[in-house]
Formats: sequence, structure tokens, C-alpha cells
Amino acid sequence: MAGPLRDTAGSAANYAGLVRPLLLPTWLIIGVLLLLPVLLMVVYSFLTKEFRGGVEWTFTLAAYDQFFVTRGLFGDEPASIEWTYINIFWRSIWQAALATLLCLLIGFPTAWFIATRPVQSRGIWLFLITIPYWVNLLIRTVSLRFILRDNGPLNDALIATGLINTPLPILNSDVAVQIGLFYSYLPFMVLPIYAAVERYDFALSEAAADLYASRWQTLLHVVLPTVKPGIVAGAILVFIPALGAFLAPDLLGGAKAFMIGSLIDEQFRGSQGNWPFGAAISVILMTLVLIALLIQARAASRRAP
Amino acid sequence: MDVAVSIRNAVKRYGATTALAGVSLDIADNAFFTLLGPSGCGKTTLLRMIAGFEAASGGEILLFGQNIADLEPNLRPVNTVFQNYALFPHMSVIDNVAFGLKMKGVDPATRRARAGQMLELVHLSPLADRLPSQLSGGQQQRVALARALAPEPKVLLLDEPLSALDLKLRQAMRVELKQLQEDTGITFLFVTHDQDEALTMSDRIAVMSQGLVQQVGSAREIYEAPVNRFVAEFIGETNLIDVQVTRVSGGMADLVLPSGQTLSCSSAATATGRHALSIRPERVTVDPHGELTATVERVVYMGSDLKLLTRLEGGKEFTVRVQNAARTSVPESGARIGLKLEEGAARLLAD
Repeated sequence: MAGPLRDTAGSAANYAGLVRPLLLPTWLIIGVLLLLPVLLMVVYSFLTKEFRGGVEWTFTLAAYDQFFVTRGLFGDEPASIEWTYINIFWRSIWQAALATLLCLLIGFPTAWFIATRPVQSRGIWLFLITIPYWVNLLIRTVSLRFILRDNGPLNDALIATGLINTPLPILNSDVAVQIGLFYSYLPFMVLPIYAAVERYDFALSEAAADLYASRWQTLLHVVLPTVKPGIVAGAILVFIPALGAFLAPDLLGGAKAFMIGSLIDEQFRGSQGNWPFGAAISVILMTLVLIALLIQARAASRRAP
Repeated sequence: MDVAVSIRNAVKRYGATTALAGVSLDIADNAFFTLLGPSGCGKTTLLRMIAGFEAASGGEILLFGQNIADLEPNLRPVNTVFQNYALFPHMSVIDNVAFGLKMKGVDPATRRARAGQMLELVHLSPLADRLPSQLSGGQQQRVALARALAPEPKVLLLDEPLSALDLKLRQAMRVELKQLQEDTGITFLFVTHDQDEALTMSDRIAVMSQGLVQQVGSAREIYEAPVNRFVAEFIGETNLIDVQVTRVSGGMADLVLPSGQTLSCSSAATATGRHALSIRPERVTVDPHGELTATVERVVYMGSDLKLLTRLEGGKEFTVRVQNAARTSVPESGARIGLKLEEGAARLLAD
């Protein structure tokens, strides 16, 4: 019989041998569901498009060329910057940033309200926040169409109160897209901020007031910096999906309010599709998001000791 | 002498419970004043009312003659050292200390210089750029103190600031706090449940219990001339004997001990009848000609002192404390001894 010491050492060695096989599912998930699709996307963006969708396995930069460069309507002019797609990106970034700001303005007080309720009732409030999200996003977005249209409940209500005489043309505008984005992603802002506010020590607010800070100064100098990790997490969770959002701009924005999501979607539809171009747009979008996240992470690590 | 804080019949109710049942106090300017009492006695509530965190249910709070009851906390010229310090975790030590000045609109150069002075005062200058999380408990305590002193408050409120420190540090801080109060000339209003803290630092102490002030006085007064059973028992250790009072006049009383002997002593009682007599254990000596006779039940060795646990004639327990000096002859348990009260050892209580 081995002594107790050798027993322990033996099992530790066995355990070390088990680590690799036990990590296999993790690597499989990361590999199959994350790395492989991204790799596929990058590879496709460098291939040649085939008519009626699909790709031809010939390497080319045509997709990126199409994104950034124009040679006129008939391809016979000198090369210059193609602004069409860059403008769509720019518009998408603005829309996503605006949606993030709106979510923050509404989400922060909401999270604050919930986090300052008695402990027993906080669960109920959080539950209420999440209920709408049990319904499929597509159905909810289509429902918004009915609410926002000219003779929908929103315009009916506004006319009934006498604020307006003729229906506001909300549907198929940037405003409708904004409403859709805000509504879709609000909980992603509320939940992380709630988690941060719940951990906030309210003695800090008392200390600030004691040291002559007004309510606004307390919010600005003490509360916001303290719960900032929650705000940053919420902003990332709203901004990134809003940037690539497809349902809200497509169903609520119509032809005028085109966003990246719709542009990518278009490339993978039917015979007018262009798979390499769709893949290239996705790669550019992902690169932008990664750069933004890296900058944020840099800034965060520089602040932390 | 100016009155810094004047509390007039302050009442605080939380629903059906009463935290303060009508407290009136005058706190002199440039004094170290302590609110002392067990937890739940209302001392912290009173402090928070002065700071502005709790609204009074009744009564007035005057700060140098001005009624501050309706002022928001940020408009009151008082600062607080919080029990758990409540330092701003995202600010460096110096920014924490300068915060009050910043909110008052003091320009950056002046407030940095002043914050630097404050850190010097609490011996923390080398740590100015650290974050609070990088400091020990004792250092955080000093930052909290410097932060509260930096805006030069008219009154500094301290809410059990030493309770989170270990014993050695706590004892060192007591001396420093008192020194700081004298150096700055700011009125300190200190809240504690620790009688040693209160006795060693305070110019005046208000002993509180059940939402009422039981007694206000210097450390010596509340220890040597307690007014009632609560104060006598809460401050230090004492022996209480039921006696019959035959005459009171001019703060003195004549009374009859259970043994039948008569005694004259200082009195908080104003009427004759049955009252409690308080006798401190260290104010009694073993002497065959003493006023009291007792049987020694146990001798407890305490290093510098010996404690004799005795039982008086009539069955009442009585503790005697004698110095552990070479010349002390210690009675053994079971011995019958006489106990002599020192001059002024006995104090007749009001209840």
C-alpha cells in the first residue's frame, strides 16, 4: 500500500493528465462555433463571386475593392474612394451610438430604481424587465411596425390628445429604427448597470454630500465613476449588436434607413447576392468592433493600478 | 465660551420605535465632546441628524446659533468621519482629501496644497497618490480624518471611527485624535460605545441610553459622581447597595447601610426613601475597622490588580479591587474581612 503522501502525489499527476481531455469540449466549442466560422468568413471575403450566390475558389481582392474603390458607373473612370458603403457604416455607427446613449439615459435610472428597491422586490422588477424578451425579436419588431404606422395606436393616441392633427410619418424613418434599436437592446444596458449599482456603497453618497457635493456633483464625481464598469459593459452589450442590427433597420427603416446589417443580409439573398462582398463587409465590421474594444480595454487597464 | 452645537429637545421616531426621545445638549466650541452609550441608544442617530442624513421628528438643532434643521447635508458646515471611512475608491488619497475643497469651489492649486498639509498632519504624505484599496485599515482611517478636516468644518463629527482598528492602533489613535483636536481648535463630536475611548479623550461626555441623555459631565464627573444606576454600571465597574435615605440636603445625604451603620455621602437623589448606593471597587480597602463586613468568596489575580469577590452580610455580592503591591496581604477565600470606604467613595444615585 502506498503512503498517504504518495497517494496525493499520484492523484495530482492523474489530474494533470486529465486536464487536456477535460478541456476538449471547450476547445471544440471555441473552434467549431467561433474560430472556424470567422476563418470561413475571412477566406470567403477573398474569393470570387459566382452568379446566383456561392463562390468560386479563385483568390481576389475584388470584394474589398468594391467596398472602398469606385471607377464610375461603367467602370471606365479613374479610381476614387467609394463613399456609398463607408456612409452606410458611418450612419450605422451613429445610429448604434445614439441607441447606446438612449439606452443609457433610460437604462441607468431604471437600474438605479430597481437596485434601490427592498431586496425582496428586486427580483420581481428584474423579472418584469425580461418578460418582453420571451417573445421572438422578429415578432416584436413586426409588432412595432403596427404601433408606429400612420393609423397605428401611437399616432391615434397623439391625435386623440390633440397634440397633432395629421399622423407623424414615423415608420420607415431613422426615428423608427432608433425606437426599434432602443427597444431591442435596453435590457442589455439595464442588467449590467443594475449589478454595479447593487454593489454600490450608499455611504459614499453620504460622504459626498457631507463634503459639500450637490446631488448632481455626487452623481458626476462619485456615483458614475464607481459604477462605470457596469456602464461600460452595458454600452458594449448595446453598441455592438446595434451596430450590426438587421431586423430593426430592415423592418422599421425601409429603404432610406439602410444599415450595415441590411447591407450584409442583401449579399446573401437569392441571385443578386455577392457572398465574398458580404463576407468582406462582415470582416470590416468585425475589425472596427475589435479595434474599439481594444481601445476600451487599454483605457481601462491604464486606469486600474 | 461659545456654544458650537445646541440640541433642543430633539426627537426621532422610526414608525412606532423612538430612537431619540427628546435630547437637549449644549456642546461648547473647541471641545472634544463624546456621545457614549450602548448600541441602539440613539447616539448615532443624533450624529446623523446633525450631519443632515436624518430629519428630526421634532426639536431644533442650532449650529453657532443658526437653526440647520432644514439645510441639506451639503450645505451644513460640518464634516463626518464615517465608521467604515467611505473613502471614494476611484480617487487617489490626495483627491479624496481635496474633494470637499473641490466641491466648495476652491481653486486646484490651493486645494492641493491644503490637502497636502492635511496628509502631513496625519503622517500620510508619502502615500498621497495611492488608491484607498492599497492602504491598511489604519491608514484609511487617517485619510478619512484628513478628508473631513480639510474643508475646516465648524464641527467634526466622528461616528465610531476607531471601532474597525485593532487594539494597539486604537489606543495610539486616541492620543492622536485628542492632540489633533487641540491643534486644530475644531469642535470634535465623537460617538462611541467604548467607555475607555470616551474617558481618555473627552473634555465632556454625554452618556446616552434608550434615546435619552442620562448624564453630561467630564470623564471624572461621570465616573465618580454618576447620577443613576445606568451611568454607574455602564461606566466602569461598581457595587450597588440598596440603602435607606434618611435626609437629603445640598447634594449630600444621610443614609443607613444594610448593616445598620449610618453614612453621609454625596447624592444625586433629592428625596428620602430607598435608593441605590454606588461604591467603586478600587475605592474600598480591607480594614478590620471598616463600615462593611464581608466574606471573601474568590480572589482573582489580574496582574497589576487583585479582585476580591466577596459577599456582604445580608447576601449582597461586593467586589473589591486592591493593587498588587508587595506590601498587600491578600485575604484567603472564606475569610471574614472588614471593608473601609475611602473618603468620598460612596455616591447615592437618583434611582
